[in-house]
Amino acid sequence: MAEVGQALELPLIAGNKRPGDVTNDVMGVIERRPSLLWWGGLLLSVVALLIGLVAVTYQVATGIGTWGLNGTVGWAFDITNFVFWIGIGHAGTLISAILFLLRQKWRTSVNRSAEAMTLFAVVCAGIFPLIHLGRPWLAFWMMPYPNGRGPLWVNFQSPLIWDFFAISTYFTISALFWYVGLIPDLATMRDRAKTPLKRKVLGWLSLGWDGSFRTWHRYETVYLLLAGLATPLVISVHTIVSMDFATSILPGWHTTIFPPYFVAGAIFSGMAMVLTLMLIARKTMRLEDYITPRHIDVMCKLVVVTSGLVGLAYATELFSAFYSGNAHEQFAFINRATGPLAWGYGIMVACNVLIPQLLWSSRVRGRLLAVFVISIAVNVGMWFERFIIIVTSLERSFLPSSWSSYTPTLIELATLLGSFGLFFTLFLLFCRFVPAIAMAEVKGVLHPHPRPPAEADGTSSVLAEVKV
Amino acid sequence: MSRTRVICNFEREEDLVGAAEAARDRGVEIEDAYAPYAVHGLAAAMGLAHSRLPRVTLVLGLLGAASFLAFQYWASVISWPTNVGGRPWNSLPAFVPVTFEVMVLFAGVGTVIAFLVVTGHYPGRRPRSSVPGVTDDRFALVLITDGDRINLAAVEALMSPFVPASISEEAPDTSAGGGPS
Repeated sequence: MAEVGQALELPLIAGNKRPGDVTNDVMGVIERRPSLLWWGGLLLSVVALLIGLVAVTYQVATGIGTWGLNGTVGWAFDITNFVFWIGIGHAGTLISAILFLLRQKWRTSVNRSAEAMTLFAVVCAGIFPLIHLGRPWLAFWMMPYPNGRGPLWVNFQSPLIWDFFAISTYFTISALFWYVGLIPDLATMRDRAKTPLKRKVLGWLSLGWDGSFRTWHRYETVYLLLAGLATPLVISVHTIVSMDFATSILPGWHTTIFPPYFVAGAIFSGMAMVLTLMLIARKTMRLEDYITPRHIDVMCKLVVVTSGLVGLAYATELFSAFYSGNAHEQFAFINRATGPLAWGYGIMVACNVLIPQLLWSSRVRGRLLAVFVISIAVNVGMWFERFIIIVTSLERSFLPSSWSSYTPTLIELATLLGSFGLFFTLFLLFCRFVPAIAMAEVKGVLHPHPRPPAEADGTSSVLAEVKV
Repeated sequence: MSRTRVICNFEREEDLVGAAEAARDRGVEIEDAYAPYAVHGLAAAMGLAHSRLPRVTLVLGLLGAASFLAFQYWASVISWPTNVGGRPWNSLPAFVPVTFEVMVLFAGVGTVIAFLVVTGHYPGRRPRSSVPGVTDDRFALVLITDGDRINLAAVEALMSPFVPASISEEAPDTSAGGGPS
């Protein structure tokens, strides 16, 4: 019965592959010489990374007065970039944990790279609060350790401390999840390694994995447990990020809708970034059989759903502001939509709510170039969402006498560019040195192959004999 | 009465599952199976019990949550109470997010460590199987003969419906054994 059901299902992986083909295809990507496109991409990314490094070095040496912040707008580019990158990180865990619990088998083609994307995005995100400290070498003060100052403990009532715990736990668990998922593939790499040094290094990294099913059996339990832990974790992380704002009394930030609104936005932006990366990866690494139009189609549907959630949050926020009867709250939203940054609000609504609606059409979802352009638009729109929420609320708060405006300096722009450089450098290196497709998981969702008929004939008589 | 290991190689997962079922029906001891991925249905075919690792997760999660909640209370109420915006020293709701994060951290890290300890994996461990290709596209079933009723010939007959690519016999492996699951 099971086999009949499977035959009716469309295959997840194109090309009627056998397990051995998966190994050859995926390992082929990292065993052959990198393409010129890869070198070009790496060069661009490293240049961007270096520009960012110079900017960060300068601002750490000089002080964060090199940023465009002022007494009124004390948070702007740094926290926008932080929330932007953390949000992108959420899709990796969505794909690897939530879709695993929902038994969405298509995730096997994309989960490895989406998890890597999560790790790199969290690294990029972590940089911004760190440099905003001004004295980043004192970041360890966030940890509650017995110190010579009393000991003076951290303030556990502060959302910024919650954030520190949330982000560091999220990074640790994501890294663990990614590594545990990688162990069987590292063993495959070890068994294919040609040089003794490679075999030795991969032997260490794969922890002596030998494909024993007694181990596999427990491994599946561990994977399920980690997925079960990562699912509430990922929701808690962006909830806590939103509380950095929502626990303040600033109009435009002080709302109870922030946690679900931020989580939906995070998954939305993350899915868009996964789409961007996967569309590039399948072309440049010739993985068209693994990341098929069907995968793109499902991810587009997730983008439409989360775009709807984000649009609903925008509308609810506006409605609540006017329904509240609170003049400050009403003003914050009128200012957001029609004030000095109205152009940014326009970009945010157009890119996050209007443009993704094109994905309702299956013809648009089938045109990969169109999907690519829409995914870029969503990335831009979600960056603007954070910028608009943060800056419009700060620049026009309770006292008109303290109103001010904000313009980023070149240093801040260079730091943002540098974070993209870091992200893409790490991602391109990942594509070269680690199997970008989870081989052991993809092999488990292939369609069964019949035994060659000549042998099958011989077996039926033996089968009869044994049964007698 | 010498016990030997018989290694049967297969090319398809369906054959491995069928072979494991057949071996178990005949009462042949299954030392282990080797596969490049978690073969669906093999645990039932081999009669493996559910893993007890979820208990480790539960205990460590509770331990992490309880100990860190206690620590936050101690640090904020007993060790150095600080008045922040007039909030009570014991602001229990404000301690929830960090308690939750530490719970997940303890449970997650602890589960993986427990998994590695229970299955005996560590950096530098030598892979136990001598079966080539089980991390690529081959499947293997390792059976134990008792040198009496269950001998190599019996195993060969039992396995033949599943068309093993090869069957080989070797001396018992003393380091073998599943350990607690």
